[in-house]
Amino acid sequence: MYEIVAREDFSDQTFLLEVRHPMLAKAAQAGQFVITQSHEHGERIPLTIADFSKENGTITLVIQAVGKTTKEMQADCQVGASLFAMVGPMGIPSHISEDVKKVVLVGGGLGVAPIFPQLRAFKEKGAYVIAIIGFRNKELIFWDDKYKQYCDEYIVCTDDGSAGIHGLVTQGIEQVISKHDDIDELIAIGPPIMMKFCAETTRPHQLKTIVSLNPLMVDGTGMCGGCRVKVGGKMKFGCVEGPDFDGHQVDFDELMNRLGRFKADEKIALENWQKHRENCRLMNTEPEE
Amino acid sequence: MADKEKKQKRRTIKNIAKERTAMPEQPPLIRATNFEEVALGYTEENAVREAQRCILCPKPRCRNGCPVDIDITGFIAKIDEKDYRAAYDILSDATLLPAICGRVCPQEDQCEGVCAIGKKLEPVAIGRLERWIGDMAIENNWFQVPEITPNGKKIAIVGSGPAGLACAADMAKAGCDVTIFEALHKPGGVLRYGIPEFRLPNYVIDAELANLEKLGVKIECNVLVGRLFTIEQLRTEMGYDAVFIGVGAGYPTFMGIPGESLNGVLSANELLTRCNLMHAADESYDTPLGIGNKIAVIGSGNTAMDAMRVSLRVGAEHVYCVYRRTREESPARVEEIHHAIEEGVDFHWLTTPLEILDDGEGRVRAMRCIKNELGEPDDSGRRRPVPIEGSEFEFEVDRVVYAIGTNANPVIGQTSDIEMNKWGYIDTDETLHTSIEGVFAGGDIVTGAATVILAMGAGRKAAEGMKVYLGLEDSEEDAKAE
Ligand SMILES: Cc1cc2nc3c(=O)[nH]c(=O)nc-3n(C[C@H](O)[C@H](O)[C@H](O)COP(=O)(O)OP(=O)(O)OC[C@H]3O[C@@H](n4cnc5c(N)ncnc54)[C@H](O)[C@@H]3O)c2cc1C
Ligand SMILES: Cc1cc2nc3c(=O)[nH]c(=O)nc-3n(C[C@H](O)[C@H](O)[C@H](O)COP(=O)(O)OP(=O)(O)OC[C@H]3O[C@@H](n4cnc5c(N)ncnc54)[C@H](O)[C@@H]3O)c2cc1C
Ligand code: SF4
Ligand code: SF4
Ligand code: FES
Repeated sequence: MYEIVAREDFSDQTFLLEVRHPMLAKAAQAGQFVITQSHEHGERIPLTIADFSKENGTITLVIQAVGKTTKEMQADCQVGASLFAMVGPMGIPSHISEDVKKVVLVGGGLGVAPIFPQLRAFKEKGAYVIAIIGFRNKELIFWDDKYKQYCDEYIVCTDDGSAGIHGLVTQGIEQVISKHDDIDELIAIGPPIMMKFCAETTRPHQLKTIVSLNPLMVDGTGMCGGCRVKVGGKMKFGCVEGPDFDGHQVDFDELMNRLGRFKADEKIALENWQKHRENCRLMNTEPEE
Repeated sequence: MADKEKKQKRRTIKNIAKERTAMPEQPPLIRATNFEEVALGYTEENAVREAQRCILCPKPRCRNGCPVDIDITGFIAKIDEKDYRAAYDILSDATLLPAICGRVCPQEDQCEGVCAIGKKLEPVAIGRLERWIGDMAIENNWFQVPEITPNGKKIAIVGSGPAGLACAADMAKAGCDVTIFEALHKPGGVLRYGIPEFRLPNYVIDAELANLEKLGVKIECNVLVGRLFTIEQLRTEMGYDAVFIGVGAGYPTFMGIPGESLNGVLSANELLTRCNLMHAADESYDTPLGIGNKIAVIGSGNTAMDAMRVSLRVGAEHVYCVYRRTREESPARVEEIHHAIEEGVDFHWLTTPLEILDDGEGRVRAMRCIKNELGEPDDSGRRRPVPIEGSEFEFEVDRVVYAIGTNANPVIGQTSDIEMNKWGYIDTDETLHTSIEGVFAGGDIVTGAATVILAMGAGRKAAEGMKVYLGLEDSEEDAKAE
């Protein structure tokens, strides 16, 4: 059992959990993820390690409630409760090269959380760090302070213009590229469509672009092949050969199609769960699993 | 007693029952709708009758056919004498998992394949007898914890498949402090996530695991070795005196034909893991299954048979097997193919897939294949399938499941300096010691995908090597000697 020691809600959709696992906190490196199972009958879902503290022996997850599993976690994962399972760190750690002197980190929406460990790692290696973060509106922004602490430049983009640049992160990227001609690498994490457009934006500039892919997973150990993605025309297993890949080589359309594999099942699962919760609320009883 | 001996001496191929005692089974069309065990197991009467078909050869060939050298004549004679407990003791000298091996060994290629009466009659049903005794032991809780003298040595076992379990048991009996690390949230390896409930019920695995715990073995799940800590760290900062790697070879392969990334194409491992480990077919579990109506499974090994029979049970209307050779060359256990046919799987023998076709929305619509004929034998001695020109054909399916083999899991190789061959399998010497001092390996990660009993045998062999490496006396042997 893995105890939840802290929780913070960024919005009605996004929340943070700090989970105790000293060994994992010690081993974790930027770019890696865990697979959690909130209860014994629950699904195994991958979540990026958004932060880790070797001193406290905890890791931080930032979760967006999008379907049955994550909404249920939003409802049930309170401080003091425990996760049934948590395994990791999984995936090949991001390559934080000394040779990268100037780096751009692009986080879209929730992607702001998983990209943070890389941002910090580059800063600690002495790189000049530019962060571009994108949200729908000002209210959704989180980790402002955390970012400012490690960034040399911090650029906010919002869809509605309520903060920073009025527009998408790709506009932020254009702006940064026109200002700096010595960027060594760009890293983008966010929804697949965002990563795709980031890669398209940097392609003409031949700027090395790394993306962190989020295919559906089951085991995360290289045993099921559910997480396969196409990179440079070759099949790769996201969990053991990724999650970081060269953004210019990734077949994003295939990834997006494969993310819809279980759409019908997911919808039913969510509806059933919401009905079940509603009934329990009406009857004023604890939901049973 | 003297009478009995005489009777046994007189038993010859001429005076025994010609046909083996049938295994009571659920009727095919009923069992294809449930996950209950297909083979229900012998009754005592069945078992004794079958035991009496064994002519107790003075130089039993069956024993040579068993990879772990079970004293087959010995345990069968005890069944004949109705001393079942003694039969169990003989079995447990060689195998940790009789209830499992009796169920899943490819007996026709091993012990039963060389049984002396098998030339003229049906061979003795050794596996069924072994299973019967194994089940009796579970039911009656016969497992006995030997006298163990702790020796202070710490052993780490990586992976909880049959190889790891067997190594753990032997090292615990020798007096070591043994911890198994398993990446998944439940132990058992392929026994748990791969082989379905109707062939190997979970309660059998649980009972065998409980025996290990009685020996003092600790099992820690949710530990991905290599990433949470490395093999090297186990030996150095974590203070383990020896390590056994039994991580299996579960990395599924695909063919590289067009259409493999469509939704509806998956590996048999994924299908089976969703069903067996994650209970996707059970409404009270969250993991989705997304099973279709018309399912083509590529391959004809045990994994393929399991994928097909699971598909039928979770409601597929039509299940096809697509295999490039014929039934005779199929690597699956004979019994599994027989069961799959009985349950209604539609076999396309001598058929090679060429392409998986799109429905226009990124999902599988159909499969295009070509027919083969058998040509000259290849390296494996099996006749090579040769495509027949112009024989392409298409058929409608909405799921395509790959069961064409697996490769070595890459995680250990990515994270340690251990020596591997060019395919990623771990290199060992004849004692199963690897290139890292004090680290042994065995099972599928050394040999490539094989069988439960070979993996178990490898675990035991590595334990032998480990004991020599650590300079240990076997405390169990001591206890027996006393
Ligand atoms: C390596 C990796 C790291 C991840 N890190 C995080 C993270 O840090 N925080 C976080 O909130 N999520 C992360 N995800 C995504 C997360 O695993 C999914 O959101 C989760 O599995 C959804 O489960 P659900 O049952 O709540 O929703 P479902 O009912 O399964 O899905 C609801 C909706 O979300 C979409 N969806 C499902 N799975 C994914 C996915 N893997 N990626 C994107 N969309 C998906 C579906 O298409 C559907 O529209 C990560 C995924 C991967 C592979
Ligand atoms: C579907 C299917 C059906 C089969 N049917 C039969 C049959 O009928 N008869 C038969 O004899 N054989 C059968 N086999 C083959 C047999 O199951 C295998 O040969 C055998 O299980 C191999 O045992 P193992 O201990 O080497 O590895 P496995 O059983 O593969 O176990 C390896 C374990 O290690 C864990 N692991 C992997 N990496 C790590 C890591 N880095 N850290 C921690 N843990 C890790 C895995 O999660 C797994 O639990 C079948 C195989 C499959 C897939
Ligand atoms: S372990 Fe397998 S091969 Fe050996 S006797 Fe038993 S069934 Fe036969
Ligand atoms: S070879 Fe057959 S008949 Fe002979 S001892 Fe073995 S099982 Fe019995
Ligand atoms: S999640 Fe199963 S192989 Fe990657």
